[in-house]
Amino acid sequence: MMEPEAPADDAGIAAAIAAAAARGEPLSIMGNASKAPMLRPVQAARTLSTRNLSGVTLYSPAELVLAARAGTPLSVLEETLAGHGQHLIAEPPDLDALLGTAASATLGGAVAANLSGPRRVAWGAMRDHVLGMRAVNGEGTAIRSGGRVLKNVTGLDLCKLIAGSHGTLAVMTEITLKVLPASESTGTVAVLGVDAASGVAALAAALGSPYAVSGAAYLPAEAAASVSALAGLASGPGIALARIEDFTSSVTYRCERLAAKLGRFGSIRQIEDGTSRPLWQAIRDVMPLADRPEAAIWRVSVRPSAGPALAAVAAALGARWFLDWGGGLVWIAAVPNAATHRTISEAASAAGGTWMLLRAPDTLRTAVPVLPPLSPVLDRLTRRLKAAFDPMGILNPGRMYAGI
Amino acid sequence: MIALPEPKAAVLARRDAILSDLARLVGPGGLIADRHCLRVYESDGLAAYRQPPLAVVLPETTEEVAAVLRFCHEGGIRVVPRGAGTSLSGGALPLADAVVVGLMRMNRILAIDYADRVATVQAGVTNIGITGAVAEQGFFYAPDPSSQLACMIGGNIAMNSGGAHCLKYGVTANNVLGLTIVTIEGEIIKLGGAHLDAAGYDWLGILIGSEGQLAVTTEVTVRILRAPEGTRAMLAAFRSNEVAGACVAAIIGSGIIPVALEFMDRPAIHACEAFAHAGYPLDAEAMLIIEVEGSPAEQDGLLARLGEIVGRFDPISLRIAATAEESAAIWKGRKGAFGAIGRISPDYLCMDGVIPTSELPAVLQRIGEMSRQYGLGVANIFHAGDGNLHPLILFDANDPESMAKAEKFGAEILMHCVAVGGCLTGEHGVGVEKRDLMPAQFSAADLDQQRRVKSAFDPDWLLNPSKVFPLNPEPPVIRAA
Repeated sequence: MMEPEAPADDAGIAAAIAAAAARGEPLSIMGNASKAPMLRPVQAARTLSTRNLSGVTLYSPAELVLAARAGTPLSVLEETLAGHGQHLIAEPPDLDALLGTAASATLGGAVAANLSGPRRVAWGAMRDHVLGMRAVNGEGTAIRSGGRVLKNVTGLDLCKLIAGSHGTLAVMTEITLKVLPASESTGTVAVLGVDAASGVAALAAALGSPYAVSGAAYLPAEAAASVSALAGLASGPGIALARIEDFTSSVTYRCERLAAKLGRFGSIRQIEDGTSRPLWQAIRDVMPLADRPEAAIWRVSVRPSAGPALAAVAAALGARWFLDWGGGLVWIAAVPNAATHRTISEAASAAGGTWMLLRAPDTLRTAVPVLPPLSPVLDRLTRRLKAAFDPMGILNPGRMYAGI
Repeated sequence: MIALPEPKAAVLARRDAILSDLARLVGPGGLIADRHCLRVYESDGLAAYRQPPLAVVLPETTEEVAAVLRFCHEGGIRVVPRGAGTSLSGGALPLADAVVVGLMRMNRILAIDYADRVATVQAGVTNIGITGAVAEQGFFYAPDPSSQLACMIGGNIAMNSGGAHCLKYGVTANNVLGLTIVTIEGEIIKLGGAHLDAAGYDWLGILIGSEGQLAVTTEVTVRILRAPEGTRAMLAAFRSNEVAGACVAAIIGSGIIPVALEFMDRPAIHACEAFAHAGYPLDAEAMLIIEVEGSPAEQDGLLARLGEIVGRFDPISLRIAATAEESAAIWKGRKGAFGAIGRISPDYLCMDGVIPTSELPAVLQRIGEMSRQYGLGVANIFHAGDGNLHPLILFDANDPESMAKAEKFGAEILMHCVAVGGCLTGEHGVGVEKRDLMPAQFSAADLDQQRRVKSAFDPDWLLNPSKVFPLNPEPPVIRAA
């Protein structure tokens, strides 16, 4: 691959895209390429990177607003926010360990992939907190959507559409986010020795409680054993974990109440702040699956109560797996072949959910769909929408769907 | 007044044939064609604009909606979707040649699942109806627009409705997991479901808040949340808007996100007090209602922290509710605000701009200057945590000059909101009301991109026409590869 073109300003991005559109030549779009192993590989002779669009352009802590150029590393944003006791609400993961990359994930990439961590179950996805953006469409035209205020219903919300479109509709150059105060303390209530069905039932009880649970995961014993923060706690089939983030006095009170509520599901341990933080970071970053470099990784989202059935399908394949989002997010690491893919994707679709083949060897990810195939009507709408932004089809073609 | 497009003469000429076809599609009971009955649908919450439609259909199923849209698409007939008709921006204003598709008969709750914390309802269920259906189990549906007793979830989807509690719980788009929509071509599409992060492009994200421009929603799957143990409010009164604004910044900066943070200026305080006798401080220039939630002890802790912060801003008075009843008394005036304003003025326009919260004092000062200049009173109610400003402009709709001045005053406020870094609308939508102001906020390229998305869904621009986008230029044509 040629060295990517990496302009230092929006005008440079627009010029590069306009030139590619004039030639009808596809472009592979990236920040620092931390997500290159995700989804389908893009067939393009040229690469356009936003990595030189870097830096925070607006930060107003008292207004809960932060704007940064798309190539700004997430780590820089996290540091900036921590300096004022705030954080990124959706807790986007660092997938370097999982994807075998050593790249510094950028804001643009996190928004383009709409990747969220455990807090998503309570506080929304990455796309939920995008207030505004500047972007360049597939004709090289700079466009703006949204703004810098927390509430805005003026016109069509192109921000949400472009977020999660994996660089196939427009190239984001600057993104404005809602941010929130980071909690003073984090506590975890663990239910030990439960199978997936009772674990997810315990998580449903936790999420259905008035205690504002902000993380709800189930780790089978094998996955739990790989998380050092859980050392000594793995017993029986697995462990259910419910997180509370708030002022210290509230965390203490709510963890007590939650422990009492969940006692009927299994034996209870409370995990204090110092251990809770690395524990949830490990879950966020999918660390329980990171030591399987030979495996393919599926990310399945179903209604939470369907999680245990998906887990059983994974277990029958000999896969490593665990559940987040109250049971609804099923992470699976299994043998990278088409038969395994068919089993997992069909089970996810049959449960009414969705799936993504997040990581796989090129031979597999070019041979099978990496996202649920589109119905004929949605295929038509997807192509029309793509054409509305990128009529020449030059931005990340084939990244999500073959031929789009 | 805002211009509406000329009706299509060919459609008007075919009225009788169209009516008999529609009666066949939705049954005679589902069609309203009588000219007197059509008057009921001539307007919405923006009552200054009135136009009876060609006909109203009241389908009972998604399939009937699909049949009507397919028929209208084939005949080049414009369609105006309608929920309860509570739009304050004219989002459901009919056109003379349009068929109104009213969703009020689709009012069934289809499924409630507490373990997965979701409910699926038809588009004509009211906002409060969802909470009402799950309240017994201690759950609620979070977005709570002021019109929640009447407004329907389908309309909430169209407008991406907010409410007083969205600083903490988000707006409609943050609380919806699945939709069943019907395209103008009459295709039924199910999007998302009971799971998080629906597949493919963010269809939910673009559809929610699209003001009926892209498709008609018939079913909705929403997240339901467990209610907190309790809530309690406090009231703080200040000597100036500046001081109250600084106090808001200090509260947010402290790490506390109150579940509600409402600001009222002096005219709003006086109007509400005269109406509701809530004991509001009449000597104050500005007042905050701050609400927290949690157990009684957690509420005590948060209210004590907030009381300490407020104390630094030289408050005229500080009233912390000790009980739920005392909280209700604090809210009483604010919740009756619209009625209160109605009592002191024959009519009012409720504006809906958003500003960066730090701009509040300067913006209120500017609005005061405009008020003197136009000779029209204004009271300001503000969702202070998220910057959503509701100036209520007092005027007399029977006096055309007063009405014209009020519209101009409102437009000037909104332009000022954009000029200080805000936007035209935070939760009411663009509708017809703010359509012609869109170029103040968006460049031609920005608007063209939005219009192309509209064309991708609705190539002939038959869905809710003449709203959101300025009437010119001609709709763009999308040719998919």
